[in-house]
Amino acid sequence: MTPLNYYIALSAILFSIGVLGVLVRRNPLIIFMSIELMLNAANLAFVAFGRSFEIANGKPFFSGQIFVFFVIAVAAAEVAVGLALIVEIFKTKNTVNIDDVNSLKG
Amino acid sequence: MTSDLIVFIVLALIAIASALGMAFSQNTVYAALYLVLNFIVVAVFYLLLGAPFIAMAQITVYAGAIMVLFVFVIMLLGVQGLPPSQTLPWQKPLAVLLAVVLAVQSIYLLLARAPLAQTLVDPDASINTTNNLQQMALTLFSDYLLPFEITSILLLVAMVGAIVLSKHDKKAGTSHDAA
Repeated sequence: MTPLNYYIALSAILFSIGVLGVLVRRNPLIIFMSIELMLNAANLAFVAFGRSFEIANGKPFFSGQIFVFFVIAVAAAEVAVGLALIVEIFKTKNTVNIDDVNSLKG
Repeated sequence: MTSDLIVFIVLALIAIASALGMAFSQNTVYAALYLVLNFIVVAVFYLLLGAPFIAMAQITVYAGAIMVLFVFVIMLLGVQGLPPSQTLPWQKPLAVLLAVVLAVQSIYLLLARAPLAQTLVDPDASINTTNNLQQMALTLFSDYLLPFEITSILLLVAMVGAIVLSKHDKKAGTSHDAA
């Protein structure tokens, strides 16, 4: 019997921690993990709202869960391309510090 | 009733602590492991919300596949911590301030202005895993068939993109030795 409020507040807090990680850290891998954390926070809100709708209507409701399914698929695609980019940047610049990656020229 | 609330609060504290640990740990491998813990706790929340399939997909895809990929790249690039940034010394306190403002503002906008008074009853035995999965699959392959197919194309494009990015240019010679 947990209020819906609590889930939404937890989702907002996790999202803010993800934003904080993106802003504070200089390591692109940890920035990527923070983005994953933000996606995860949004997923939690999706499932919580879906459950709330389900209880309010009294019949099964799957759209929230299916949206989370799509978000997971998009996150997997994003991670594959993003990590390939990070490895390429490391190969050319020999560093992963994003302060040193400030030019588009390879 | 109170036991559900206690379970929620304990899990929420673990989730927030592991997220903070991820955002602030200097060792990248520790950060990845904190994130795995966070994903598993969120999967337990999905179970509490009556979404067993999403919980298992979260564990296999996120905590399994994606984080293994992360750890693999961390091992490839080295785990050394980076020195603190010299270029923008005021960035860190400002970022913390802005993140706190964002958290307070989003909670205020989502909850204080439009109170969501509903309580979520934990799923009982009436949520049968097999039945739940069957109905979800029916919805996915009827109402959401087009997005599903687009997702498959997206995954194909991502796969081709990753291969193209990591394919070595013959003219560039032995640049891959740096890794």
